[in-house]
Amino acid sequence: MRWFGGSAEAQAKPTTKTSTAQRTSRRSTGFTEFTRSLAGFDKLAVLDLGPTSSANIAFLTDFGGRVYNEDILRASLDRDYATRQPDGSETLNAQKFFSENLDHPERLFDAILCWDIPDYLHEALVKPMVERIHRILKPGGILLAFFHTKDAGPDSPYCRYHIVNGEVLDLEPRPDFRLQRIFNNRHIENLFKEFASKKFFLARDNIREVLVVR
Amino acid sequence: MWKPRPDERPASSNQPSQPAIAPPIAPAAPMMKETRQPEPARISEPVRAEVAAHIGKSVLVKGELSGSEDLYLDGEVEGTIELRDHTLIVGPNGRIRAHISAREVIMHGKAEGNITASERVELKKSCVLTGDIRTQRIVIEDGAFFKGAVDLHREGKPEPRRAMAVSTVAAPSSTAAVAPVISSQTSLLEHK
Repeated sequence: MRWFGGSAEAQAKPTTKTSTAQRTSRRSTGFTEFTRSLAGFDKLAVLDLGPTSSANIAFLTDFGGRVYNEDILRASLDRDYATRQPDGSETLNAQKFFSENLDHPERLFDAILCWDIPDYLHEALVKPMVERIHRILKPGGILLAFFHTKDAGPDSPYCRYHIVNGEVLDLEPRPDFRLQRIFNNRHIENLFKEFASKKFFLARDNIREVLVVR
Repeated sequence: MWKPRPDERPASSNQPSQPAIAPPIAPAAPMMKETRQPEPARISEPVRAEVAAHIGKSVLVKGELSGSEDLYLDGEVEGTIELRDHTLIVGPNGRIRAHISAREVIMHGKAEGNITASERVELKKSCVLTGDIRTQRIVIEDGAFFKGAVDLHREGKPEPRRAMAVSTVAAPSSTAAVAPVISSQTSLLEHK
């Protein structure tokens, strides 16, 4: 795993760059597959782990069922989860964080949109988040996650994802977070080793899309 | 000499300050008497003038709050809020720990609790909401924080989509500043 700034203090610091706020659209094969899979569920329950987007809610509720929203990255910035160490440094208390976040009944969700959160999330939260996702996702449920490739570089902007339709996503760059690490294929496979299957799609814009089935 | 027009008022006039017609962008005229005049809300858009009742930021209500008129709420409420066929606007200083039932809910402040709105919910950029939403339409501004579930129940709602035509040409985005599609993808590998 390549690291760009894994220290605790670097983790939560947003970049000083200003947001261009210029949205770009990208066709997403992974999301297309994800959308096709949604059609097979009755009383769909979808969890969107990105920032709240009315476009996403409108799109997902069109399938019927419920859409849950939980902005994990933003929640991780809450100072209440930081624990001060004897040497004065601060670490993120994952146990406390997950007692208040992603706290859902087991096997509740049919689908989860993880976007590229693992690339930006605090190191202490990445594995526990995937374990928690495994717990709250139904068997046969699907997860869509994006990962930057090594060519993306540390300055890859954090983006909000807005669903345009079943194939196209709008990417809205935000200065709120900085890329923390790069996962290669093996890391991704290890991360989701408890899941039944993984399907990889490589895009030309240095994004690797992964569709995971529990 | 000149007969003053009814809407003209000299600056040094000793006339009562009550205007004959409420100014269109003024905050809602409070119907309830309060010990001090609430400050105007620092929000991105003017509070709608048709809001009748106003609860200021120093007010704390514990229990059931119900009414049959629109309400601007900038204080603190713990319990339940029932406005049925009316609009609730939670101002930027509003702190709600209550289940809300109204026709329309516009949130600027913080709230914990479920919202049931028969028409519409609007989450402004300063809003922090933890709870579930059940409504027909939802508008979320960039920057709003929402943690919970959304149930959109639409009148005359079409059948939920059950099949996606993969070959469908991508419809143009609703966003004006959308650049052309920049990437296409190929399957890299597949496991299991």
